[in-house]
Amino acid sequence: MSEQHIKLPEGSIEKTTTTLNLGPTHPATHGVMQNILELDGERIVSTEQTIGYIHRAFEKIAERRPLYQITPLTDRLNYCSAPLNNMGWHLTCEKLLGVSTPKRVDYLRVIVMELARISDHLICNSIVGVDSGAYTGFLYVMQYRELIYEIYEEICGSRLTTNIGRIGGFERNFNDIAFQKIEKFLDEYPRVLKEFENLFTRNRIFMDRLIGAGPISAERALNYGFTGPNLRAAGVDYDVRISNPYSSYQDFDFSVPVGTTGDCYDRFLVRNEEMWQSLSIIRQAMQKLTEFKGAEADVYHADVPEYYLPKKEDVYTKMEALIWHFKIIMGEIDMPKGEVYHSIEAANGELGYYMISDGGRAPARLHFRRPCFIYYQAYEELTKGSMLSDAIIVMSSLNLIAGEMDA
Amino acid sequence: MQLTNRAKPVDRRPMNAIERLYLWNILKGMMITIRHFFKKKATIQYPEQKRPFSQVFRGLHILNRDEEGRERCTACGLCAVACPAEAITMEAAEREPGEENLYREEKYAARYEINMLRCIFCGYCEEACPKDAIYLSQTFAPANYGRSGFIYKKQDLLIPNPVEDPEGFKKAQGEIARK
Repeated sequence: MSEQHIKLPEGSIEKTTTTLNLGPTHPATHGVMQNILELDGERIVSTEQTIGYIHRAFEKIAERRPLYQITPLTDRLNYCSAPLNNMGWHLTCEKLLGVSTPKRVDYLRVIVMELARISDHLICNSIVGVDSGAYTGFLYVMQYRELIYEIYEEICGSRLTTNIGRIGGFERNFNDIAFQKIEKFLDEYPRVLKEFENLFTRNRIFMDRLIGAGPISAERALNYGFTGPNLRAAGVDYDVRISNPYSSYQDFDFSVPVGTTGDCYDRFLVRNEEMWQSLSIIRQAMQKLTEFKGAEADVYHADVPEYYLPKKEDVYTKMEALIWHFKIIMGEIDMPKGEVYHSIEAANGELGYYMISDGGRAPARLHFRRPCFIYYQAYEELTKGSMLSDAIIVMSSLNLIAGEMDA
Repeated sequence: MQLTNRAKPVDRRPMNAIERLYLWNILKGMMITIRHFFKKKATIQYPEQKRPFSQVFRGLHILNRDEEGRERCTACGLCAVACPAEAITMEAAEREPGEENLYREEKYAARYEINMLRCIFCGYCEEACPKDAIYLSQTFAPANYGRSGFIYKKQDLLIPNPVEDPEGFKKAQGEIARK
């Protein structure tokens, strides 16, 4: 220290680094999470991640709930793509109960899941834009996320915390407006995504900003337990939809985009390409839906009398339906004993549900495998030695969502 | 690492000479922005204009009446059991002789409260009701000055009586009929 500066008392240790609290309530964290950064100038020396600010003990709450009441809890994991979480949960329950769903239900689910994936990737990619200083693209694509939310609204009645679907299928059939809106989305969205790409993908300012920010090698990513777009960006083409197909994903033809270096730009490109793939999957699913004829064309749930509520007209008039109705709502049906793990390719990676049932009416233990929780552990390695502003971009390009991280 | 034969590498070619120009990038961006200038507005003027909700929208709750204006709720408590947020409380009472024009069944809800601060609008109460009594309407939760105002009593939830206010009843029924 030079003479002009304040003289520290004799014997005191000079601290050469600055501590910066990024979060827990910071507009750039996009959620309640804390990073304690140790900065040398603008370079990051070390980071310390703190989680648990919105821990709501979902796994514990679930131990006292019948299966159907756990669905609204899963809404609040990754709230950018709530339908994916809901579907994952229903598929887990169906695996435990041994329910097989009709093909039409599978295809309807695929449509909803891929729409959710598009809306999640859309948010993530445009937020990467916002964090690197490009707000315009974010605003232009938001209308189309809005359209996706309107489709949810037609199906389930809600937009963000959807609580969509039931064990065995959907609560109601898709109406014509929902199909029209899906058609409209398929029609208009490619043009919007193209424009979004025009604004970002080959833009020098954006590329300079993202290339080389927060890279991770395939080996390190696997060691951390990365899945989903973040692992694919590192060069491993692992996709649960292909390696372990659920909900009839084996009937669809799509490719898996992979990156090479695992930096922010790769993650951006992988997510962008996945949106195109999702669009093509929705198109295929819509095509497959037209092939159902007669009574098959109106099927929207499997035959699970123990878990799927009887029709309202029957409940009002028939005794047996009323009894089932009461039994299901009050959660008085004992589940089969056993352990079950089911994972789906959520927007963020492999979202797994591990449920242990002791034959009671609620799960004895339930664990959510949340991909964000795993990504956040690698945060220090990704940001070490980079600039402070990269810390923000890495955070948004990993798509860290506090709700999913803390559960 | 190759696990499937469906991998498709993303396009990461280095920038070419034109892409390296800042001016070109700025022009390209500006062109898109200016094009949006002349497009139809995506927003609406909210309090004056309202967007139509879907037929099945899950908004604030209402308690239904039958055509003679009797309350349908029989205080079975199924909605309270189904509620994942534990927002519904009720107290049952027995119908006295002479109250047949007020309550449809022999048992009714003397007190029925929904805490709108707890409610997550999942729609399970509507699904659970075996008496066609509770429905989610197409209105949003309005603002309030205090917390106590968000605890909706039975009188706040009941739809207008068809005997006294046939038009209000019809309007409320119209929202229900779709489901």
